[in-house]
Formats: sequence, structure tokens, C-alpha cells
Amino acid sequence: MAAYEYETHDYDVVVVGAGGAGLRATLGMAEQGLRTACVTKVFPTRSHTVAAQGGIAASLSNMGPDNWQWHMYDTVKGSDWLGDTDAMEYLAREAPKAVYELEHYGVPFSRTEEGKIYQRPFGGHTTEFGEGPPVQRTCAAADRTGHAILHTLYGQSLKNNAEFYIEYFAIDLIMSDDGVCQGVVCWKLDDGTMHVFNAKMVVLATGGYGRAYFSATSAHTCTGDGGGMVARQGLALQDMEFVQFHPTGIYGSGCLITEGARGEGGYLTNSEGERFMERYAPNYKDLAPRDYVSRCMTMEIREGRGVGAGGDHIHLNLSHLPAEALAERLPGISESAKVFAGVNVNKEPIPVLPTVHYNMGGIPTNYFGEVLDPTAKDPNAVVPGLMAVGEAGCASVHGANRLGSNSLIDLVVFGRAAAIRAGKVVDAEAANGALNQASVDAAFDRFDGLRNANGGTPTAELRLEMQKTMQEDAAVFRTDKTLKEGVEKMTNVAAKVDDLKVTDRSLVWNSDLMETLELTNLMPNALATIVGAEARKESRGAHAHEDYTTRDDENWRVHTISRVDGKDVELSHRPVITAPLSTEAEGGINLNRIAPKERTF
Amino acid sequence: MVQLTLPKNSRMTTGKTWPKPEGANNIRKFQIYRWNPDDGKNPSVDTYWVDMDNCGPMILDALIKIKNEIDPTLTFRRSCREGICGSCAMNIDGINTLACIYGMDEVKGDVKIYPLPHMPVIKDLIPDLTHFYAQHASIMPWLETKTNRPAKEWKQSIGDRKKLDGLYECVMCACCSTSCPSYWWNGDRYLGPAALLHAYRWIIDSRDEATGERLDELEDPFKLYRCHTIMNCAKTCPKGLNPALAIAEIKKMMVERTV
Ligand SMILES: Cc1cc2nc3c(=O)[nH]c(=O)nc-3n(C[C@H](O)[C@H](O)[C@H](O)COP(=O)(O)OP(=O)(O)OC[C@H]3O[C@@H](n4cnc5c(N)ncnc54)[C@H](O)[C@@H]3O)c2cc1C
Ligand code: SF4
Ligand code: SF4
Ligand code: FES
Repeated sequence: MAAYEYETHDYDVVVVGAGGAGLRATLGMAEQGLRTACVTKVFPTRSHTVAAQGGIAASLSNMGPDNWQWHMYDTVKGSDWLGDTDAMEYLAREAPKAVYELEHYGVPFSRTEEGKIYQRPFGGHTTEFGEGPPVQRTCAAADRTGHAILHTLYGQSLKNNAEFYIEYFAIDLIMSDDGVCQGVVCWKLDDGTMHVFNAKMVVLATGGYGRAYFSATSAHTCTGDGGGMVARQGLALQDMEFVQFHPTGIYGSGCLITEGARGEGGYLTNSEGERFMERYAPNYKDLAPRDYVSRCMTMEIREGRGVGAGGDHIHLNLSHLPAEALAERLPGISESAKVFAGVNVNKEPIPVLPTVHYNMGGIPTNYFGEVLDPTAKDPNAVVPGLMAVGEAGCASVHGANRLGSNSLIDLVVFGRAAAIRAGKVVDAEAANGALNQASVDAAFDRFDGLRNANGGTPTAELRLEMQKTMQEDAAVFRTDKTLKEGVEKMTNVAAKVDDLKVTDRSLVWNSDLMETLELTNLMPNALATIVGAEARKESRGAHAHEDYTTRDDENWRVHTISRVDGKDVELSHRPVITAPLSTEAEGGINLNRIAPKERTF
Repeated sequence: MVQLTLPKNSRMTTGKTWPKPEGANNIRKFQIYRWNPDDGKNPSVDTYWVDMDNCGPMILDALIKIKNEIDPTLTFRRSCREGICGSCAMNIDGINTLACIYGMDEVKGDVKIYPLPHMPVIKDLIPDLTHFYAQHASIMPWLETKTNRPAKEWKQSIGDRKKLDGLYECVMCACCSTSCPSYWWNGDRYLGPAALLHAYRWIIDSRDEATGERLDELEDPFKLYRCHTIMNCAKTCPKGLNPALAIAEIKKMMVERTV
């Protein structure tokens, strides 16, 4: 057994992650009077939420008529009827309150003439249950909304004296033998010491796993650590095959150009200069949901109408927009286009390509944020002591495809919901329980094994192999053949984890080891993604299957549940929750409105 | 401009020269500061060679390539790779900047990379920013209001909102503060350009109702008045912000409220 000395910290709640979800949860926990620690591998304002550009959805009606039911309808349809209806209602209903709260915290939203929060159009957001014109629902702080929100939430956490553990890397969960989460084992990067957090509730807010792919809009730190930790305890991941490709990643670097660019009037063209989205989506045009636009772009390229020397990308045009509008509403992407594509948006189109952007799947939870351990007997059984929020979780409000600007709102609505729930289920008076020492030791053993890993495959090499495989075989277009091959390849790739080579053996800021730990987290996420995709014999949302081109509600309106053990993945299903929170008589939505139908744009 | 604070009792040595990549026609020399607290050795400058034909255009791309393909022990912070998270601040070719948005073509000759100057170093290119963060926290970086909160948003005119532009975009990279001579010598008590820029961001927010208290807090011979308008901060800010201007505005408000 590996001998590491460690310090133990007792808390009511430990939140792992300080992005939008983690900070909102931390704030709320503290407000409930719970002793709360927030552990994060990067300084809070460096979390990936900082990169969100376009905005945060809420039916404030600042720009015209809107209401939560329309927002809910769009979210249901956007999810291609895979989202859990109770959670989607909760999201749409709570959204306005959550945005006003952010504004009161100090978020520098852009403004309307009347001094209200400015809202812009975004893909898939409509009026009149999809029958009216597009709605302006996405609240924006220029094109730096995530930055504005994250910095504000961090400031607010300081005001409330939140206790941060910054640049602490969470290695593994501590679980009792009967399946109660008791805490988390962490490594402090700046001095190399070890820390065990004993907590009555652990909240995973670790973000997505975009870096499982070769080309992603996500940051290098988006490595699915929460999913990895959960998978290692034999717990479930849900709907992992649904990976969103954003239509407009900059060709080459993958940096994002927000959908807000099309919201403000930008449009896509092919090599013939045609605005092809008008052909595919006569009503929604360039503002159709992301899965659909990405698929259309890929189609154009495959049919030989891509732009550029290799005919392998598409143009995004903004130069017809007034220079002042670009400067005021899209300053950040104007800068990015210049830096990463050498393009002056006032004069030239930006070269773009569908790029991995968001993980709809994640750790299954109910709409309170409690992690589920679905069994045949109880598909909604709760794992005591464990919650998950933000992109790491799957509540599931995004189903098979997330609408733009619905993630930021998900972070704050469910970050807050988790805090309210914890206020009810955590007993602040009780003493912390004794930790399962075997579970603590297992975490240190794993850590030590990787620290001294001396095989033949350097971390960077295996990571690249995984990323290339996922990019090739689990991308926008999927066929039985490619997926089957992909599963085989990924199984082999995953087996090589046992042959990893780590060069740096130190403990202080050993980023070689940190990247290795991250790779061992990416791997189960990636495996579950491709195995889930291979199994799902239909097309739904982001999962477009060339051999099964339509949605099959009869057989496949179910959540995929995957349990990953090393290189093996075991699949099962969990029913979709179709009942909303409130009946129509109580003011809820009319069920006919949200009954499954064909998704047309 | 590079002025390092070396770890106590140490001196800079010439480090290891790593092998050139095989079969590459277009290689470039990188000289990078190394220090590992675990091995008891003096800091050194290592020499690496990078194949430019197989590398992205930014300095960060080269660092990642070195870490992936030549020397996995090279240590630096990075996350967003698009200039928004503020992680990858370092001194490149004598300039404090963000490695992920600083083009290789902006450097002539060999590329010299050091940690941000005058900060304690944790390892290689990673400075200890604890004190820098504490200073930011000390300026009350949140909205303070006294009036009862409205049911909806606080109203703010487009013009008032515009006053926050050039301030709220700060990514807290510390490039400015670590380029400021006043901060080098009095950083323990002088707040430095980044924290003062944040202070002004909240002072000037039309929704905030604690302007008086905020100014009171800064009325101190060290916290604010060590800025001698040397302008290094504005010159170096990778986001094109101008902390010196914000500081000048605070000073102006200080004068205005005494008359
Ligand atoms: C470029 C880009 C633009 C986007 N724009 C929008 C938009 O306009 N609107 C919208 O709604 N959504 C947008 N999204 C999506 C949205 O930004 C993300 O889904 C969301 O920010 C995720 O937030 P989070 O709090 O779940 O995680 P993150 O912000 O990713 O935070 C994860 C946190 O977990 C911590 N962490 C992770 N692993 C560990 C570990 N092992 N130990 C300790 N700490 C750990 C990290 O330090 C970090 O603090 C965008 C995404 C991208 C990539
Ligand atoms: S202007 Fe003031 S803050 Fe900026 S570098 Fe000079 S002394 Fe420092
Ligand atoms: S003002 Fe500029 S240089 Fe200073 S911390 Fe902010 S972004 Fe960095
Ligand atoms: S990596 Fe985020 S600013 Fe450079």
C-alpha cells in the first residue's frame, strides 16, 4: 500500500469545481448555513465557464412577448424528446428568477434603451410553441457573458466568505461499503501535500469532457474528472452518446464563434456562395438548432460544396453587419477571428467547421441535483451523499441536444436547486462520520501507481490516440460500420492505460501526473460515448445515424445508462420522465403541446 | 524588462540542451526558465528546438508541443487557449503576455520564456499569485447596494453600462501588476494596476451604492498613491485594457470629493 501522509478536513459539504455551477452551489450551500468547501483544480475565474460567449436563456420578455412555457416547449423540442420533463419545467420556470439574481449580484449585462437586460435571438428559441417568430430570449453581456457571470459569482462568493481550496486536484471519491459517498481525496498542487475531505455531501461540478476529442471548443481542463470518479465507483453515466458539435468553431484552432453571431444576423455560405441553411430549414434558417445546422454543414462539405483549398469547411459571413453593431455586441469574436483566423470580420467571412462543444450526457441526477444509481427496480434511486451539477451532470434538461444559452442557465438554476436540497437533507448539527479507510487507501494506491507509471506509452501519445479515434469514429455522421470499428479501436486504446509512462515523479505541480490523472478520467467518458453510440439504433438530436435515419420513440425514447469498468462498458436503460412538475390545471403546460412529434425547422 | 526574483540563495545556471527534432527543416530555438523545488538545484535555462512546420502559430502551441513530445516535465499553466481564462501569463521575449494569443511571429530570433517577473516561483513558469488574488479580494469585487432590491433587474442606461467597457473584461492574468515598477518594490502594500482597475470597475458601476466606502478604503499613501503613471501596465495588458487610466480616474474622484 502506498504511504502518503494527509490532512483531513471536516465539512458539511464539499463542492468539487468552481465554474458557474460549482460557484452557484457553493454560494447557496453557505447561505443555507452549511459549512462548505469549494475545491478546484484551477483558480475559479479560470474555469471553463469563463469562455461562454453568447448568453443565458430566460423568458424575461424584455424584447417582446415571451413566457416560461414557450421556453419549456423549445427545450423539450430541442432535446428531441429525450430530456426529463420535470427538470425541463423546473429550468424554464426558475430561469427568470436566476437571471435577476445574477444581475443583482452585479453581472454587467448589456442593456436595452429602457435600461433593461438586453436579450438576443439564439438557435431554436421561438414564440407560440414553435409556431411564432424567433424570440429574443438570450440575456447577454456583449459576447463575454460567461466571463461576466463567472467573475461576478466569484466576487459574490468572496463577499460571503466561501472557503476555497484552489489548485487542489480531486483524485477520487470516498465511498462506504454500502454505497454512501463520504468525501473526496485531493492533491494540493503548489506544495504537493495530500488532503482528505470528509463531507456529508459531495457535489461534483467538474464540467464537460470535450477534450476526449481532437478538435473541441472546450478548454484543456475539460477532462470529465467527475464522470471518471463516478465511473471508478461502479456508478452510472447517462446518455453519453449525445455530444454536441457547435456549427461554428474556427477552422484549425477550434475556438468558438458564438451562435450569437448568427443571432445578430450572420449567415453561413458554401463554395457557391449559397446561403444553404435556407434550403434545409426554411423557417429557422441559420438559427435552426445546433445538431441540425452541424449536420447540414457536414452534408454540404461531403457533397463537394465546402470552401477553402481542401473544400473542407464553411464560411460564416458577418461583414454585412454594421461595424458599430459588431464592435458593441460581438467585440470578443471579432478579436478571436483576427487572432486565430487572421480575418477582419468587417471585410471577410470566417472559416468555420462543426466542432465538439458540449456534453449532453453525464452523471445522472434528479432535478434536485442528487446523483442517481438506476436499478431495474428503482430507476430513480439516489446515491446518498452525492450530487452533480452543471455540464458534469445530466438532469436531464438537454436530452439529445442542448439549445444554445441553456447551459449557463442550467448551471445557476441547478446549482441553486442542489443547495436548497442539501439544506434539507444534510444535518449540520451531526458530527462527520468515520471514513472508509479502504476507500481512502484505494485512491492513494491509484495515485501512486500512476505517479510511478513506467510503461511504454507516454500520456500525450495515448491521449492523442484517443482523441483521433473519437474524432474519426464518434463524430457528426455515424454508421454501424464506423461505430463498430470505433468501439474496437477505443477498447484497445483504453487497454493501454495499463502501459502508461509518466516522466515527472515529483509532487509539487507535477503537471505530467495531473494530465495523466485527467487522461484516466477522459477514458471512461470516451468509452461510454462510443459504446452508447454504437448501441443506439436510431437518429435523435446530436446522434445522427446514417443507417437509422429517423427517431424511434417506441424503442429508443430511453436514457442510456453505462457503467464502465476498465475497458468494458455495460449498458442498460432508464425511462425518460414524461410527466411535468405541474398539471395544466395548476398552471402547467398542456401535455399535447409537448407530445413527441417530428422535429422540423 | 525581465527581472526575476530568484529563489533564496540561488543563482541562474545554464540548463540542459535538448536534442533537435529529427528530419525537421524549419526549427526554432526556445530558451525556457526551469526550476523545480523538489530537486534542490539552482534555476536554469533549458534550450529546446521545435519543428515549426508541425506546430500551431502561438507560443502556447510550442510549449504544449515541447511538453507532449520532448520533455513532459516542463510545467506551465494553461486552460482556455483563447486568451480568456488568464492562466498562461508569462514573460515572453521580455514582454508579460498570454502565451496562447501571442504569435510566434511576433518574436524575432530565439524565443526566451520566463515566469512573470518579481513573483515567487512555484515551479518552472508557474508564479505564486496568492498575494495578487488577496489584493483583488480586498477591493470588494462585488455589487454593494443599500436600497431594497427590485423585483426585476436594476435599471442601467446604455451610457452607464458603457462605462464598464474596458474594465470588466480583465482576465486577472497579472501581466500588468508584474510589469509595474511600483508594484515590484511596494507590492506588499501598493495594490497594483489589476486590483485598482477592478476597484474602479465597481466604483463606476451606476448600480453600486458604496462609492464613498470604496474611496475611503483606497485613501492611503500606499494602496493607491504609489502609481506614478509609468504606463507599463497599459502597454503590456494582453487584453488591451488601460489600468493606468482607471487609476487616474480614481485619483481624480479623490480630489473631486475633497473640494
Ligand atoms: C467556447 C464555449 C462557449 C460557450 N458559450 C455558451 C453560451 O453562450 N451559453 C451557454 O449557455 N453555454 C455556453 N457554453 C457551455 C457552457 O459554458 C458550459 O457548459 C459551462 O460553462 C460548464 O460549466 P460548469 O460549471 O459545469 O463547469 P466548468 O466551468 O467547466 O468548471 C469546471 C470546474 O471544475 C473544476 N474541476 C474539474 N475537475 C476537477 C478536479 N479533478 N479537481 C478539482 N477541481 C476540478 C475546475 O477547476 C472548474 O472550476 C459554451 C461552451 C464553450 C466551450
Ligand atoms: S501607470 Fe501606475 S500602475 Fe501602471 S505601471 Fe505605472 S505605476 Fe504601475
Ligand atoms: S488589466 Fe490586463 S494585464 Fe492586468 S490583469 Fe487585467 S487583463 Fe491582465
Ligand atoms: S490559456 Fe487561457 S488565457 Fe491562455
